[in-house]
Amino acid sequence: MANKVLVETTLNGETVEFLCEPRQSLLEVLRDVLGFTGAKEGCLTGDCGACSVIMDGRVACACLVLGPEVQGKKIETVEGMAKDGENLHPLQQKFLEHAALQCGICTPGFLVAAKALLDRNPKPTEHEVRFALAGNLCRCTGYDKIVHAVMDAAAVMQGR
Amino acid sequence: MATQEAKFKVIGTRPIRHDGVDKVTGRARYGADINLPGLLHGKVLRSPHAHARIKSIDVSAAAALPGVKAVITSADFPKLKSGVVPLGELAMNPLYMSMNLLAHDKVLYDGHAVAAVAATSPHIAEEAVKLIKVEYEVLPHVQDVRSAMKEDAPILLPDVRTSGAPEKSDKQTNIASQVRFARGDLDVGFKAADIVVEREFNTAMVHQGYIEPHNAVAQYNADGQATIWTSTQGAFTARDQCGLVLGIPASSIKVVPAEIGGGFGGKIPIYLEPLALLLSKKSGKPVKLVMSRGEVLRATGPTPGSHIRVKMGANKAGKITAAQVWMAYEAGAFPGSPVGAGCMTILAPYDLENLQIDGFDVLVNKPKTAAYRAPGATNAAMGAETVIDELAEKLGIDPLEFRRINGAKEGTAQPAGPKYLRIGYLETVEAAKNSAHYKSPLPKVSGKLVGRGVASGFWFNAGFQSSATVNINTDGTANVVTGSPDIGGSRASCAMIAAEVLGLKAEEVHPVVADTESIGHTDMTGGSRVTFATGYAVYEAAQDAVNQLKQRAATLWKAKPEEVVFQDGVVSRTTNGQESMSLKELAGKLPRAGGPVGGRASVNPRGVGPAFATHVVDVAVDPETGKVDILRYTATQDVGKAVHPSYVEGQMQGAVAQGVGWALNEEYFYDEKGTLRNAGFLDYRVPTCLDLPMIETILIEVPNPGHPIGIRGVGEVPIVPPPAAIANAIYRAVGVRMTELPMSPPKVAKAVLEKK
Repeated sequence: MANKVLVETTLNGETVEFLCEPRQSLLEVLRDVLGFTGAKEGCLTGDCGACSVIMDGRVACACLVLGPEVQGKKIETVEGMAKDGENLHPLQQKFLEHAALQCGICTPGFLVAAKALLDRNPKPTEHEVRFALAGNLCRCTGYDKIVHAVMDAAAVMQGR
Repeated sequence: MATQEAKFKVIGTRPIRHDGVDKVTGRARYGADINLPGLLHGKVLRSPHAHARIKSIDVSAAAALPGVKAVITSADFPKLKSGVVPLGELAMNPLYMSMNLLAHDKVLYDGHAVAAVAATSPHIAEEAVKLIKVEYEVLPHVQDVRSAMKEDAPILLPDVRTSGAPEKSDKQTNIASQVRFARGDLDVGFKAADIVVEREFNTAMVHQGYIEPHNAVAQYNADGQATIWTSTQGAFTARDQCGLVLGIPASSIKVVPAEIGGGFGGKIPIYLEPLALLLSKKSGKPVKLVMSRGEVLRATGPTPGSHIRVKMGANKAGKITAAQVWMAYEAGAFPGSPVGAGCMTILAPYDLENLQIDGFDVLVNKPKTAAYRAPGATNAAMGAETVIDELAEKLGIDPLEFRRINGAKEGTAQPAGPKYLRIGYLETVEAAKNSAHYKSPLPKVSGKLVGRGVASGFWFNAGFQSSATVNINTDGTANVVTGSPDIGGSRASCAMIAAEVLGLKAEEVHPVVADTESIGHTDMTGGSRVTFATGYAVYEAAQDAVNQLKQRAATLWKAKPEEVVFQDGVVSRTTNGQESMSLKELAGKLPRAGGPVGGRASVNPRGVGPAFATHVVDVAVDPETGKVDILRYTATQDVGKAVHPSYVEGQMQGAVAQGVGWALNEEYFYDEKGTLRNAGFLDYRVPTCLDLPMIETILIEVPNPGHPIGIRGVGEVPIVPPPAAIANAIYRAVGVRMTELPMSPPKVAKAVLEKK
């Protein structure tokens, strides 16, 4: 059996240590080692975005990152988005209000990718939203309500 | 149009779905999220060949790998007899199911499961399957229907004879069944035509493309009782299939439906559940199996590719005088394509005197096909709806006007015979005609050719069995329990129906999706049936609760139950208007009035209301590359009564997106060896949000006379028109009739070049 590696990273603002095999992906570490199952496995090839996380400010597919690679990095997942137990992130709230999810399996990935977009571009156009989310596949919604929800969340966050 | 609008307080509003917060915070538990102490991880070995005899399987090296706890092959399944067993909406042959789950003497398609392993980690299980040695004798394969129907074609299943054939034969064949629907006189009809159009169509095999791969966790106990957690469209359906194929009583298995990440019909069949159960039985530990995306594409789901011929005649007044259809659908490796549904839907929007429709279910060396959203209807509509467009064009009649002239209405006989009750097809045509989109001028796009197309679609919708309980809480709210896995917001619609009856707010009703031991039998989430049929059960169960509440109030007031009325969440006494109580007050007094109130109902409703849709699309075609862009899309649909309009719109928008993928990009690519070459989301290209515009929806509410609230199924019909509508738009843009799906850039570019 492969020797395990000790890794220290920042997960949703908290310092976390974990042991993982070098061949384990960040997605496996999050889901199977740390119990953070918000990131989903859809393809394991970086094509669907269901496992999207934010790594040092950029969206990454957790399935394409190896566990030991996150040593010293800052990782954000869907579990870290809500402000507290009573207040959701505006994106989460707008996804609910706009019915921007059906089965919900792609939702964590979309929320994370949308957050990364709004973190760097608080006033995206519809095209910019579609471009930024093109790495996330949704098979249920036709994207219409997702794009509306992201635009509306951006407006709320801007106080518009 | 919605005649009952004023009656409703909750139905027709847009509350936040009850399972929403769990799903936006990552807390919702899907099948792959289930974890149990001592959990083992499984992996399946799959065939690299399209057709081969299995000469031997040696699992010894795999079994000897440290960490491996169990290995299974088809020898671990009981011996079953061939024969069809009815199972809810499905008719199943347990032997074929077993042969599909783990190949017996032959593998029949690339990706066919051969053996499975359970080990202490997924990586060890993956290493172990590579150590299984299978000796194959490769056989000739056949993958397209026309070749498979030939007399000298390689035979997939030696025991298959054509059911429904006009003459009985004992010859081996790949034609599993044939069916004919006919009425009137074709010769008379075609003679009466001023114009006849005849075309041939080929459509590619496509996949449902749900984002969540199949999964199953099973725990077998020494007392013979087992529990399976799985993302399934039907917990009872999964349980009954497992019982059949494992030769054990269905009641010895409890299926707990996990949250499900999309299904579209593809998560009705079982794939991993019995394997996980057998591995758990062998190892004594719980076992989890999760497919990779490649496995999903190679071995689950797809909907058939097809070959379709359509010939239609019409007179100068625009009336269709005759229609003849011939269609052959890929069944995959085992019988059961939806060709019957294709036959029954293809001409269903129209009032026709003379017609003949022939359908063939054909075995090919591809995965066994499964239902996909209005199964069979989309391929068929690509044929009929483009021929109708051509007839209209050649007669100089607006294509929507042509549909109005021929459209089915109340009393029209369907191609399969039965007459329609009140339906809203013509209303969808009218709405499309009057839409801002259809009235707008075509947009201009520099360097590209633009066109506008329309098409219509029909889907039966399903009824089937559903159960529900409605329990009144001590604080006057209610819990609704159903057995319908919620794939697209059906918890919300069920809760809203109960809230409407009980005079509560949607938020005051808590919907629960229960396991197979906690609710009465409920068929699968499919056939656009949940809000219709499970909603019906919820409605009846809530009425049952209301009757009990009235009795309790009568007891408190020492009145007769018939003297008590229940309205808007308030019980009052008719003989003495002074006495009334809110549901909340009454709930607190139930211990003194006869005890708790729990309504229940189990239904098998007959009054299914069919659905119709008419779509309008503008496309821009790049004449150099053949790439087609969707500029604008409007979907109209008779939705009966929209319980939660946002989720009805969502069904329409999502189905349109899938239809656009089917029309323009998606297809299974097999190489000459019969191996699937695009088994991943990079090369099996589903639409992204950059490929689509906003999708406009027009909801028309023609209440279904067969439902107390007027509900019709809404989920499936909107996938039917898109490929035909897009093909018609491409014609208007570049002047070529596309007859193959997908209408991918190379095919469109070639067609444009050939026209020049």
